[in-house]
Amino acid sequence: MNAPVTLALTLDRLAMRQRAEISSIDWDAMSENEGARLRALGLDEGVTVEKLHKGMFGFNDPIALKVGRMMIAIRKSHAATISVVVPA
Amino acid sequence: MSETAPLIVLAGNPNAGKSALFNALTGARQKIANYPGVTVERKSGHFQLANGRPVELVDLPGSYSLDPTSPDEAITRSVIMGEQKGERQPDAIVIVLDAANLDNHLRFALEVIALGRPVLIALNMMDLAERDGLTLDPAKLEAELGVPVIPTVAVRSRGLELLSAAIETRLSEKNEQLTTIVRKERGQGLRKQAKEIANTAVIAETAGRRWSERADAVFLHPFAGPIILLAIMFVMFQAVFAWSEAPIGWIEGAGEWAAVAVEANLGEGFLRDFLIEGAIGGVGSVVVFLPQILILFLFILLLEASGYMTRAAFIMDRLMASVGLSGRSFIPLLSSFACAIPGIMATRSIADPKDRLTTILVAPLMTCAARLPVYAIIIGAFIPARDVGGGVGLQGLVLFGLYIFGILGAMIVALVLRSTVTKGPNSGFLMEMPKYQMPRIRDILLGLWQRAWIFLRRAGTIIFTATVVLWLMLTYPKVPIDSPVSQVDYSAAGRIANVIEPVVAPIGFNRDMALALIPAMAAREVAVAALATTYAIDAPDEQAEAKSLTERLQSRWSLPTALAFLAWFVFAPQCISTIAVTRRETNGWKWPMFMLGYLFALAYVAAGITYWSAVALGL
Repeated sequence: MNAPVTLALTLDRLAMRQRAEISSIDWDAMSENEGARLRALGLDEGVTVEKLHKGMFGFNDPIALKVGRMMIAIRKSHAATISVVVPA
Repeated sequence: MSETAPLIVLAGNPNAGKSALFNALTGARQKIANYPGVTVERKSGHFQLANGRPVELVDLPGSYSLDPTSPDEAITRSVIMGEQKGERQPDAIVIVLDAANLDNHLRFALEVIALGRPVLIALNMMDLAERDGLTLDPAKLEAELGVPVIPTVAVRSRGLELLSAAIETRLSEKNEQLTTIVRKERGQGLRKQAKEIANTAVIAETAGRRWSERADAVFLHPFAGPIILLAIMFVMFQAVFAWSEAPIGWIEGAGEWAAVAVEANLGEGFLRDFLIEGAIGGVGSVVVFLPQILILFLFILLLEASGYMTRAAFIMDRLMASVGLSGRSFIPLLSSFACAIPGIMATRSIADPKDRLTTILVAPLMTCAARLPVYAIIIGAFIPARDVGGGVGLQGLVLFGLYIFGILGAMIVALVLRSTVTKGPNSGFLMEMPKYQMPRIRDILLGLWQRAWIFLRRAGTIIFTATVVLWLMLTYPKVPIDSPVSQVDYSAAGRIANVIEPVVAPIGFNRDMALALIPAMAAREVAVAALATTYAIDAPDEQAEAKSLTERLQSRWSLPTALAFLAWFVFAPQCISTIAVTRRETNGWKWPMFMLGYLFALAYVAAGITYWSAVALGL
C-alpha cells in the first residue's frame, strides 16, 4: 500500500493559507480552563484548520486560524502545543 | 397559573446576534442590573406575544459551553439550570444560533437541549449565512434536534412574529410531557454530533462572497493593519474635540440663559445664590462634557458592533504581551478612555485572573472623559494657543502628551505589577474573531442613550451632591462684615483645606487646589466645578464675579502649579465609582485600597517632579 506522504509539525509553524488536521494537543501544557476554552472554540483533535493571518510585522504573532466557519486568534506559544498533520 | 409574566431567556454563543435579537424584541424598554455578588450584567426587558400576553425576556451572557470557564458562563449555566438565586426558573429558553456557524454553535445548543427543558432555536443571521454561500434547511434541523427552529434575521427584525408565536406555543404546552430527544454526549462526541447535525441541515455550500475574509486581508495585514488601527484611533480622538465644539456651545448657552433667567426672576438671597453658583455653575460645568463623552462612546460602540474591536485586539496582542498583558486587555483599556467603569467591567472577558486583575489596576490610568474638563480648563488657561508648525496647535499637543503620559504610566505599572504582585505565567490569547457586520443604527443609538443617561444621572446625583455640599461648606459660616479674612478662608471648607494645604504645598498646590481635591474624590470633573464655585464665592464684587474661571486661574496660579495640577490628574484615583466597581469586580477591599494607594503615590510624585522641574527651568 502506498501511504500518501504527510507532513507532521506544530501549529505555530504552519505556513500562510496552509490547511492541516490537528493530530494531538498537549493538554498537560495548559491549565484545565485553557483546555476547555480551546475545545469551546472548536480546536480539538481531528479538526481541520487553516492559517489565515499573522500578527504585526516583526512579530508574526499571534496567528488567526480558520476553524470550521469561525476565525480563531491564538498565540504562537499556545499553538506550539498543538501538533498537526498536513495532508499530501 | 401564576399571574407573573413568564420568563423567557436568550442564550447562545458570543457573536450569535443575541443582543440584536433582544433589542429587536424589547425595543428601548430595557433594564440593566447586576446579578447579586458578581458584576455580570442582567439585561431584561418586556414584550408582548401575539395574543397580548406579556413576557419577561432576559439576555444571558454569551456562552460556549455549560461547563463554565468564566463568571459570565457560570451565570448562564445557573440561570438555565434554574439554580440562580433571585432568578425564577425560565419558562422557555431561546437558543440563538449563528446560521453561518452551525457546527460550532450547535454544541452549546445540544448541551442545553439535553437538559430536557422547554427550548426553542432562533436560527439567526440567516442573511449572512446566505451571503456566505450557505443554504440551510431549518425543517431538517428541527427534525434532528427535536425542538422548534425559527429562522430569524434579528438586525432586520425578520422572523420575530414566528418566534413570538413559537414561544406562545411552547409556553402553552408547558405542562405536557415534552418529547425531547435526550442525548448526553460530551467532549469529542458532542463535537462530532454537532458537526453531523450541521451537515444534515446544510443543503448547499458554495464559496460565496467571502467579503469578511477579504476585508481582513487589509485590516489584519501585518503592515497595513497597525497603520489603519493607528489612523482610526487618531480620527477618534480628533473627532472628540472637533465635533463637540458646537454642541458644547449650545449647552453653555443654555446654562447662561438659565442663570440670567434665575437672576431676573428671583430676588437676592440664598435660593438665587444656590441656583446660580451651586446648581447651574457646578453641574453645568460638568454637563458641557456630555458631547465629548458621547462621541467617544459612538466610536467605541461602532468599533465593537462592526467586529473591528477583536481585530484591534489581535493586532495589539504582541505589544500588550511585552508588558505581560494580552490583546484581550486592549478592548477594556480602550473603553477606559471613555470611562474606567465600563472598561473595568469589560475585563470580565479576560480568562486569566492575574491578567484581568492587572488590567483592572491600570485601567484608571487611561485618560477618561472625566479628566477632560480638568485638562481643558487648565490647558485653556495656561498653554498659549500657539501653532508649533504643520497646523499642530500647542494646546492639542499638550493634551495628546497627557494621554501618552497616562498610557506610558499604565505600561510601566503593568510591567511592574506582572513581575511583583500579579506575578504568574504569561497568559494566553485565545479569541473568536466574528465576521464583520454593518452596525445597526438603532442598537448604536440605544447604546449611546444608555451611556448619556448614566452620565446625566451621575451629574444629577454624585456631582450635584458634591457641588452643593461644597457650596454650602464654602458659604457657611458667613464671614463677619469688616473682617480682614476672606469668605473662603473663613468657611468650613476653607478651614479643612488649610489643614490639607501643607501636605500638598511641596508639590506646588495652593489652598484653592487643596479645596478642589476634596470634593473631586467623588468624581474628577467636580474639581472644575469646585474651582468655579470657590472663585465665584470669593469674588469681591459683581465685576470680579463676571470674570471667567480661566481669567481667575491665570491671575492666581503660576505655570508650574498648573502643570503640577495636570500631572496630578494623570494619576490621581479621584473617582469613587471606579473604586466601588473595583471592589465589586475583585470581591473585596484589598485591591481597591491597593489601587488607591499606588495611584495617589504616583500622582504625588508626578506632580512634585513636574512642579520642581518647571520651577528649575524658570517657567
